[in-house]
Amino acid sequence: MNGIPSSHILVLSLILFSVGLAGVLIRRNIIIMLMGIELMLNAANINFVAFSRQLGDLAGQVFAVFTIVVAAGEVAVGLAILIALFSNKDTINIDQINIMKG
Amino acid sequence: MGGYLHLIPLAPAAGFLINGLIGRKLSKRLVGLVACGAVLLSFVLSVAAVMELAGMPAEHRVLETRAATWIPFMDAGGGAPSLALDWVFVLDPLSAVMVLIVTGVGFLIHVYSIGYMHEEPGYWRYFTYLNLFMAMMLTLVLGGSLPVMFVGWEGVGLCSYLLIGYYYWKTDCADAGRKAFITNRIGDLAFVIGALVLFAHFGTLEFGPLLAGATSGGASTALLTTVGICLFIGACGKSAQVPLYVWLPDAMAGPTPVSALIHAATMVTAGVYMVCRLAPMYAMAPVALTLIAVVGAATALFAATIGIAQNDIKKVLAYSTVSQLGYMFLAAGVGAYSAAIFHLMTHAFFKALLFLGSGAVIHALHHEQDMMKMGGLKKKLPVTYAVFLCGWVAIAGMPPTSGFFSKDEILWKSYLWSPVIWAVAAATALITAFYMTRLMGLTFWGKSRMDHHTEAHVHEVPGVMKWPLVVLAVLSLVGGFLNVPASLGGGERLHHWLEPAFSAKTYAAGEVHHEEAADPHAAGAAGHAGSAATEYGLMALAVVLGAGMLLFGWNLYNKHPERAAAWRGRFAGVHNVLKNKYWVDELYDAVLIQPFYQLCRIAAWLDVKVVDGAVNAVRNVTVGTSYFSVFWDTWIVDGLVNLVGRVFMGSSSVLRRVQTGLTQSYASAMVLGVFVMICIYMYVS
Repeated sequence: MNGIPSSHILVLSLILFSVGLAGVLIRRNIIIMLMGIELMLNAANINFVAFSRQLGDLAGQVFAVFTIVVAAGEVAVGLAILIALFSNKDTINIDQINIMKG
Repeated sequence: MGGYLHLIPLAPAAGFLINGLIGRKLSKRLVGLVACGAVLLSFVLSVAAVMELAGMPAEHRVLETRAATWIPFMDAGGGAPSLALDWVFVLDPLSAVMVLIVTGVGFLIHVYSIGYMHEEPGYWRYFTYLNLFMAMMLTLVLGGSLPVMFVGWEGVGLCSYLLIGYYYWKTDCADAGRKAFITNRIGDLAFVIGALVLFAHFGTLEFGPLLAGATSGGASTALLTTVGICLFIGACGKSAQVPLYVWLPDAMAGPTPVSALIHAATMVTAGVYMVCRLAPMYAMAPVALTLIAVVGAATALFAATIGIAQNDIKKVLAYSTVSQLGYMFLAAGVGAYSAAIFHLMTHAFFKALLFLGSGAVIHALHHEQDMMKMGGLKKKLPVTYAVFLCGWVAIAGMPPTSGFFSKDEILWKSYLWSPVIWAVAAATALITAFYMTRLMGLTFWGKSRMDHHTEAHVHEVPGVMKWPLVVLAVLSLVGGFLNVPASLGGGERLHHWLEPAFSAKTYAAGEVHHEEAADPHAAGAAGHAGSAATEYGLMALAVVLGAGMLLFGWNLYNKHPERAAAWRGRFAGVHNVLKNKYWVDELYDAVLIQPFYQLCRIAAWLDVKVVDGAVNAVRNVTVGTSYFSVFWDTWIVDGLVNLVGRVFMGSSSVLRRVQTGLTQSYASAMVLGVFVMICIYMYVS
């Protein structure tokens, strides 16, 4: 193959996932959190593609395309919820939205 | 035919409703008009009905009206009633006589009351009661079965109670009313028992089938005797016979026209009427008849003696009424039913007259009833005096007044039955003549014993009170010619008119088991008719003795009042006994009423201590257990529920901290969990 070992790609995907996870866990802005989620999804896509290449099986790449489609739908739903939330609460700070507190 | 008989009692009933419901708003004139009009209507209807009856053949003189069904006795399975009590009204020769007496005398007394009661409070109430009384009395008389008769019987008792207690704010009037009512109850109980025994045996209570059954040997003599005695006890209560007579003298507490109507002319004769109504049945029970004759004779003599020493003008007349009622029972007891009814009629005339006359005197003297405070009223009250004279000679049995004929017939029939009874009856007649003369003497003759104020205000009665008196006076004088005995060349018309009502044959007509009527006394009396000489002799004896008594009394009280006082002193002991009415009231009080009160006190003690004690004990137990129950509920049941609540509250106060509501803390936990799971996975593999 072209010399780039799969492990490097996995490390890249690990870094991307970690950045996304950190964004979700640390940032208070809901939009940023959604972006973090997208990062984590794409890290997973990279894994699919990497293993697809290594194993010579196109099913992984097909799966990645499905994931992108589902992610697009997920973002649409997520942003719709976000707009509804903002119109009710006038905020997108996740710390101020705690009505489910026990 | 005769489909309007029920209207005769309904007419005064309508008057009762009108006066009772709106009488308070009407003027006195209108109230009086309604009341008298209702009774007059009933009188006219009665006359029409009796005319119709008289037009029928003698053997079939019965008019019957079935107005409505009263009590239908349904079988358990439903369907048509197997037996029904109807509002059945019957007019036969006997009830015809009664209905004419009741409506006729009743109407006169109603008219008289307009004047007498004019100044009294509750004018409309008086006429309401009086009309109700007329309706009930006519129901009693016309009732064609024992239950319908009993409705009237109780109804007149009620009206009697209401009218005796008319001045209810006076304690003695109210007490007298209750005494009358309670004494009557005792008799009525026996009446009901008698009626129920008849019903149990014959399955019917209508007079026709009942008498047909009784006379055709459908029942044993013992049963008929029992029933006869029971019914007679009922009659004793209603008609004031020994030993249940005590209420009648006290009943004089009511207004005087009431005494005339109810306690002299009509209601108290109901017992006599009932015995005569059931005459064919009584004919089958000679023992019961003997009892009636003896009780009647005893009452007649007993009450007459008390009458000698009373000073209240109405009390004298009351005891006289008791005595005359005894006479009627005596006649019925010896089987001379038509003589009983004849005397009932003449007595209704002259006793109503005497009562209304005494009412006129009382009215004139501003409610003074004590004869010792009267005297010399002859000049001041000429009309009253004149009518009183008529009543006086009639009750004393002087020929040719009504009292002579009826009393003589009873004396003659009782002589045929037993000379002893005749002697008692004759003695009663003499005593009656004496005390009535005494009444006349103390009231009208001699010197005035009134105080000046009363004397100055003595006034003769108004016309509305005078005319009834005059009519009754005429009736008292000539009423006897209805039934002049054969021995004096008369036709005995009343006797022949009444005869079918007392004959068993009338009721047995059409019966399969028809036997020759066993009618021992009536037949016997007619059978061994004593010799004409004896009859004339006894008649003359009674008249002469009676006249002698009148003269003696006249002499004593008119000419030599001081001698009366001397006689009173000479027989002070006897006088005292009579004046105190043989202490019968005191005797009843000691023997019956006080023990009864004692019983009541024991019952009250039992009620308070035992019954209430038991009730209170139950209450205390309940209260005790409920305290325990409250404890259990508060501490155990509620405690458990609260405990559960507390446990959850406590645990949730700790656990709710987990639910921060912050999305990122959940995400962190999730990441941590995934990390842990991965670690476990790697460690395991």
